[in-house]
Amino acid sequence: MNRGPKILSNKVAGYSSLITFAILLIAWIAGFSSRLFAVIRFESIIHEFDPWFNYRATAYMVQHGWYKFLNWFDERAWYPLGRIVGGTVYPGLMITSGGIHYLLHFLNIPVHIRDICVFLAPVFSGLTAISTYLLTKELWSPGAGLFAASFIAIVPGYISRSVAGSYDNEGIAIFALQFTYFLWVRSVKTGSVFWSAGAAISYFYMVSAWGGYVFIINLIPLHVFVLLIMGRYSPRLLTSYSTFYILGLLFSMQIPFVGFQPIRTSEHMAALGVFVLLMAVATLRHLQTVLSRHEFRKLFVVGGLVAAAFVFVAVVALTMMGVIAPWSGRFYSLWDTGYAKIHIPIIASVSEHQPTTWFSFFFDLHILVCAFPVGVWYCIKQINDERVFVVLYAISAVYFAGVMVRLMLTLTPVVCMLAGVAFSGLLDVFLQEDTSKKFGNSAYSVTETDENEDPTEKKTLYDKAGKLKHRTKHENNHENGISSNLKSVVILAILMILMMFAVHCTWVTSNAYSSPSIVLAFHNSQDGSRNILDDFREAYYWLSQNTADDARIMSWWDYGYQIAGMANRTTLVDNNTWNNSHIALVGKAMSSSEEKSYEIMTSLDVDYVLVIFGGVIGYSGDDINKFLWMVRIAEGEHPKDIKESDFFTDRGEFRVDAEGSPSLLNCLMYKLSYYRFGELKLDYRGPSGYDRTRNAVIGNKDFDLTYLEEAYTTEHWLVRIYRVKKPYEFNRPALKANERLIPPSNFISRKNSKRRKGYIRNRPSVIKGKRTLK
Amino acid sequence: MVETTAVVQKFYNDYVQHTPKKLKLVDIYLGYILLTGIIQFVYCCLVGTFPFNSFLSGFISTVSCFVLGVCLRLQANPQNKTVFAGISPERGFADFIFAHVILHLVVMNFIG
Repeated sequence: MNRGPKILSNKVAGYSSLITFAILLIAWIAGFSSRLFAVIRFESIIHEFDPWFNYRATAYMVQHGWYKFLNWFDERAWYPLGRIVGGTVYPGLMITSGGIHYLLHFLNIPVHIRDICVFLAPVFSGLTAISTYLLTKELWSPGAGLFAASFIAIVPGYISRSVAGSYDNEGIAIFALQFTYFLWVRSVKTGSVFWSAGAAISYFYMVSAWGGYVFIINLIPLHVFVLLIMGRYSPRLLTSYSTFYILGLLFSMQIPFVGFQPIRTSEHMAALGVFVLLMAVATLRHLQTVLSRHEFRKLFVVGGLVAAAFVFVAVVALTMMGVIAPWSGRFYSLWDTGYAKIHIPIIASVSEHQPTTWFSFFFDLHILVCAFPVGVWYCIKQINDERVFVVLYAISAVYFAGVMVRLMLTLTPVVCMLAGVAFSGLLDVFLQEDTSKKFGNSAYSVTETDENEDPTEKKTLYDKAGKLKHRTKHENNHENGISSNLKSVVILAILMILMMFAVHCTWVTSNAYSSPSIVLAFHNSQDGSRNILDDFREAYYWLSQNTADDARIMSWWDYGYQIAGMANRTTLVDNNTWNNSHIALVGKAMSSSEEKSYEIMTSLDVDYVLVIFGGVIGYSGDDINKFLWMVRIAEGEHPKDIKESDFFTDRGEFRVDAEGSPSLLNCLMYKLSYYRFGELKLDYRGPSGYDRTRNAVIGNKDFDLTYLEEAYTTEHWLVRIYRVKKPYEFNRPALKANERLIPPSNFISRKNSKRRKGYIRNRPSVIKGKRTLK
Repeated sequence: MVETTAVVQKFYNDYVQHTPKKLKLVDIYLGYILLTGIIQFVYCCLVGTFPFNSFLSGFISTVSCFVLGVCLRLQANPQNKTVFAGISPERGFADFIFAHVILHLVVMNFIG
């Protein structure tokens, strides 16, 4: 970086490293604090669905130890099947927070494991910023790295998965991803075994943390492959890739959930193929250096024949053994976006698996999405080995982000990096020339001001607008070049854009991504006060206090983890979704009529049914709105009993009012959601039974439940819990005492009294041979 | 065919005359590793791969030893000095040891 005289370069290096540290620290603090909206507004609580499972597993691990956790068979999930948790989970997250917990307790700092879980993702966002800085520094320049670090600290696309309380794999996985890429680029640059072994270790951490590691193990081989095609082979590439691949392969198989997949499934085969290819190319290159061209050609023919024969034998052998499994469904859905909708409704039913809209690109990335192509262009223009990597990363990530909303997360870091490159390139043009004119030919001052300038601009990102303007005016006074006006205008515009970016990020974070979704907040339109709806926790707490410890609760799979985590009760299906037919069975129970679903429920030993109903408060994520997915999933497994078309009206509408289809109005889900809702008047003018979510008066108002009874309904009717009656409770219809033809007597059969069964309290004393009197 | 043998002959002579002693040592090591790998492969073809993790850890550790040996040879080769700027043979050897330590820790874990 410092091309100036050596005496001064020490001073410059000191300043630049100080500024670098300061900015990375500020980026960390800014990233951390902007993720705290949820904690400040609500409380330190675990969010959403999956984090509840992660939290539960972490708490289990902390309580029972690591080996118990690995062998944990969870009989409270997927009743009656159970779930082998230790072998079906990516344990990196639990190990990380468990390790922090252990360390803090070792230092006698008593922190509850829940707080560690809540704050883990914000803390890791700082580490992500640092590793993004390192990666961008390797790719471009330290200035661009600082830009990228500041961007990723506050960009909404990443915050969406890492707010405080969102205790999920992605929170630490993005750090591992960036760090692996950094080490990989470093090792390609230097060819050092040390760095590529480091990349393999970091890859191991990534494998332990998130299923997205497949992205790494396909992108890095792709990079190598493209480099080979471009004729950029060098021995450095061989050392770095071969070491990384072989160590990474071995490490990734240490995770129980991954197992032997890296040598068996097609997703990992590209890496192996590139490894073999690279070895072949290296051998040929080596021979080429040793032998003359004429000799080489002869040997090449013989060697080529031998290699072809070897590959043929290998392929035949593998096919015969049948070791390589085909691609899994989730990966098919990445190539063919319509695939999941047709074949796997359970994947398509998750909202984060939907294709991304243009709007959400801008919403999550704001100005970066515009600056990002500029960065790609810069990289392509001045291409070298590692920039090939970032270009490939960008292209593949853009594709995946377009396919699934959820994969926006992998796009965000590369967008930040390339936008950092773009902004740094822009500022290079518009700042460097001024200073070089002013200071003439003293080269060191150019680098010094250059280094000083870039970071200060970034720091202003977090400052107030007034300060920004002051700073740029200050800049103007110093300028006396020809087009200084133009330059100052451009710089001002850039600063304005960056400032707006910071404002946008804060706004999005505070409004869109900081809701725990188990505690809801809404603003009262009359007096502007803020109300908290705590119905979920109310219901789960009721369950934990008022039901038997082994009670089995049926709900749609979205709420499985929450019930297990908060109410500590057995669930039938949960967010793990590993068993589609079990979920389909629950979907069938929800979408059939009461009698039919009672059969299913008794066969599954269901004690309570829990439904989410938002009709009273206008909560749109309730079960009726998800109902069509239940029907679709059930139809996939039981096409004879459930037909999606039955639940639409003749005109193909899905409506809950009087015109709705009869099978909808009589299915269990409908009845459980709207039981006694017809009597409820929400306001004085409106009709009774008015559903605010779907803006309709419900079609089936007066009905009774035969096989279930209402057990609990929360304050805002958000969660409704029903108890499934035992057969003896409804087989004999309950007649009131005065309507009975035969008056009830206290007669107790001889058999009964002998065996002394039945109730004990007020046991009648029976004198033999005499009839008891009334 | 005669030409090919001539080429191989020349290759061999070149190798014997122009390769530094250190590299020859590494080459002997590589040959030994290759032999181990072949023995393991033949064994798995004859007997089978029943404790699959043990087989895998053995075979992969052989492959990795070979790969790391190749890396060491490349980095120690004086012809590649310009390619591996900043990596002396001593540094290369230290990296080699480091990679071996983590490799064998994992292999021991995996072998079961």
